[in-house]
Amino acid sequence: MKTFPSGGVHPPENKLTAEVPIEVLPVPEKVVIPVSQHIGTPAVPVVEKGDKVRTGQLIARGNGFMSTNIHSSVSGTVSKIESVLDGTGFRQTAVFIDVAGDDWAETIDRDQKVNRECNLSKEEIVGKCYECGIVGLGGAAFPSHVKLTVPEGKKCEVLIINGVECEPYLTSDHRLMLEKGEEILAGVSVLMKALGVTKAMIGIENNKLNAISHLTEISRSFTGITVHPLKVKYPQGAEKQLIRALTGREVPSGHLPIDVGVVVQNIATAFAVYEAVQKNKPLFERVVTVTGKDVTRPGNYLVRTGTSLLKLIDAAGGRPESTGKVVNGGPMMGKAISNMDIPVVKGMSGIVVLPENESLRNAAMPCIRCSKCISVCPMNLEPYLLAALSEKSMFDKAAGERITDCMECGSCSFTCPANRPLLDYIRLGKSTAMKMAREKK
Amino acid sequence: MNSTVLITVVSLSLLALVSSVILYFVAQKFKVFEDPRIDEIQAFLPSANCGGCGFAGCRNLAEAMVRSDSFEGLNCPVGGEAAMKEAARILGKVAPVVDPTVAVVLCNGTPESRPRTSRYDGTADCRISNSLYIGESDCSYGCIGNGDCVRSCTFGAMYLDERTGLPVVIDEKCVSCGACVKACPRHRIELRKKGKKDRKIYVACSNCDKGGAARRACKVACIGCNKCVNVCKFGAITIENNLAYIDASKCTLCRKCVAECPTNAIVEVNFPPRVSKAEPVEENASI
Repeated sequence: MKTFPSGGVHPPENKLTAEVPIEVLPVPEKVVIPVSQHIGTPAVPVVEKGDKVRTGQLIARGNGFMSTNIHSSVSGTVSKIESVLDGTGFRQTAVFIDVAGDDWAETIDRDQKVNRECNLSKEEIVGKCYECGIVGLGGAAFPSHVKLTVPEGKKCEVLIINGVECEPYLTSDHRLMLEKGEEILAGVSVLMKALGVTKAMIGIENNKLNAISHLTEISRSFTGITVHPLKVKYPQGAEKQLIRALTGREVPSGHLPIDVGVVVQNIATAFAVYEAVQKNKPLFERVVTVTGKDVTRPGNYLVRTGTSLLKLIDAAGGRPESTGKVVNGGPMMGKAISNMDIPVVKGMSGIVVLPENESLRNAAMPCIRCSKCISVCPMNLEPYLLAALSEKSMFDKAAGERITDCMECGSCSFTCPANRPLLDYIRLGKSTAMKMAREKK
Repeated sequence: MNSTVLITVVSLSLLALVSSVILYFVAQKFKVFEDPRIDEIQAFLPSANCGGCGFAGCRNLAEAMVRSDSFEGLNCPVGGEAAMKEAARILGKVAPVVDPTVAVVLCNGTPESRPRTSRYDGTADCRISNSLYIGESDCSYGCIGNGDCVRSCTFGAMYLDERTGLPVVIDEKCVSCGACVKACPRHRIELRKKGKKDRKIYVACSNCDKGGAARRACKVACIGCNKCVNVCKFGAITIENNLAYIDASKCTLCRKCVAECPTNAIVEVNFPPRVSKAEPVEENASI
C-alpha cells in the first residue's frame, strides 16, 4: 500500500465520531459572519444595517484575486456591521444578522437529485467558485478559484482529491464521503473539467475502509476517477506528502504542487464545488466534527457559518467539566481557542474538547540529541536545529536550513522525548524568516 | 667550545636578524594608523557592549566619535553625561546635553484589574505567545508577561513581579540601553526622560480600544476620556487612538492629571505621598 517515504508519526486515532451520521444543526437566532474567512484580502461588506437578506445572498464581495465572496447563511435583518473577536482574541470585521425564518435565495436549486452533467466552460466553473465563495475546506481556507487557475506556461496533469483526514479525532470528511459520495464524485468531475485533466486520484487512508469501498463502487460510473487506499500515517493529508504518496512526484523546496503538474483539493471542497456549480449554492454551511473523550454527544454537525461556537458545543452536550483546552482543528495542527464566543467559519473542520489531564504540556527538558525529531520530519528538516536557531533569533541561518519548508505538522514536538516545544520555536522562526524574505523583495 | 653550539647560535642569530629586518619593512608597509584617542575614549566608556548607543560595542562608538565632526546622534546612555564629557574633552569638542532616560512599562494590568480569561501553558516566550493570541486577559495590547524583557536585560535592572506578573524596572540599575524596548514584541516599554529626583508621570496603559471595551478588559485602562488633556495647562498630553500620551519634555510633573484620571491609568513614581487624597494611586506607583 502507498504512503510517503520519509518521516511521519502514528498518533492515537480516537475517531470517536466515525459512525455518527451528519446531523443538521437548527438555524440559530442570530449569526455573526466575519468578512475574512479565507487566506488573503478580507471581503468588503455590500450590505448595510437594516438590510433584509436571504439565505445564500451575497453580503461581502471579494476584494481582488486573492480574496473571495462571503454569503449570508441565514435569512433575516442585518443588525450591525462591527468588529468581533476571533478565536485568538484579535478583532475582525463581521456582519451581524438577526434571523427570521429560513428563506433561501431563489437562485439556489434545493433539489436533492444528483446532477452529474456539467456544460460550463473552464472559465465559467472557476468564475462560479469565486461567485460562490468556495475556499479549501481542509483547514487553511485557501480560495479555490486561485488554485483552479493554472498559471501561464504550467500544465496540470493530475487532480488529487484529499480524503486522507489524517488528524486524530476529526471525521467530517469521512462522514461526507459516506453520505454524499455521489455528489463528491460529481464535484470531482467538475473540478477535472475546470483544470482540463482526464485523471483524478482520490487518496483515502486505510482506516476508513467503508469510505474506500463506497467511493470505489461509485467511481466505476465516472471516467478517470480512481480511489487509492493509503497506509495510515500522519501527516499524509499534507499536500506535498499526499502527492508523493500517490504519484511518486516530489514538489521541490519553495515550489507549488502545480510545478509538478498536480492540483490537490479536499473532499469537502469537492462537495462545495459540486453544490456551487451544479446547484448554485454558495458556501455558507459546512460539516464540523465536535468531539472529545468527555463530550456527551460527540458528532458531525452541518452548521451554518456564523453560528456561535458555544451553540455548536451545546448541541454536542455542552462543555464537559473536565475541559482543559478547546482546540479549533485537530489535536495535531489545531489551535487552542482562548475566546469561546466565536462564529463558525468556512475553515473550521473540527472542534476537539480535550480534558485537562491530556491538554497540559509536560515540562520541557534539555535536548538529548536523540535525533528522533529528524527521523519523523516528513520534510527532511532538522527540527532541533531550527528550533535552537529560532530561540537564539538566528533567523537568517534558520532560513538557510530551509525553515520555510516546514508545514507545521507538529510531528517533531509530538515525538520529542524531552517534551521540547520544537514547533513553537520553528513557527516563530518560519514566520520571521518569511517576513525577512518579503522585506528583501 | 663545541662547534655545533657555535654554528647553531650563529645561524639562528642570522635568521633572527634577517626576519626582523623583513618584518620591520612589512610592518611599515602595511601599517594601519589608529587614532590613539579611540583607546583614550574607550577607557571612559562602560565596556558593557550593550548596544544601547546603536553600535555593536563600545569601541565602535569610540571610533564613530573620533570620526564624526559633531556629536550628532552619538550618545552613550550607560556612561551618561560623565562619559560623554570625557569623550568631548579628549576630542576638544562640546558634548550635547542629552536627558538621561529610564525604561518604563506601559501596562499596569495586574491580575486584579485585568482578570485572566484563559491560561497559556506553551513556551514562556513573549514572541511566541504574542504570535499565537492576545494573552491571558481580554486586553490585546498589554503586557503578556513571559519576560522577554527581563531576559534581555544584561544589567539586572528588571524582574518579573510574581504577584502582578508584570516586569518591574529598578530605576537605579536601569542604564536605558534599550534592550528591553527591542525585546518586547508589543513595544510596551518606553525610554522616558528621568525627571527631577527620578520622578515621572506617565500613562501606564497601551490599550487603543474604545473606552468601553478597554474598561471591560482592564480596570486601569486608559479610556481616552480627554479629562487629562483638559486639565493639563502645559499641553503635554495628547490623545491618539483612544490612548493618552504624556510628552515628558513638556510635563512639569504637576500631578494634576494623575488626580483627574478616572481609571488610575496615569501613574506617578517617586513622589512624596499626597497630603489629602489619592490612596489607589500609591499602589500603582510601585511598578
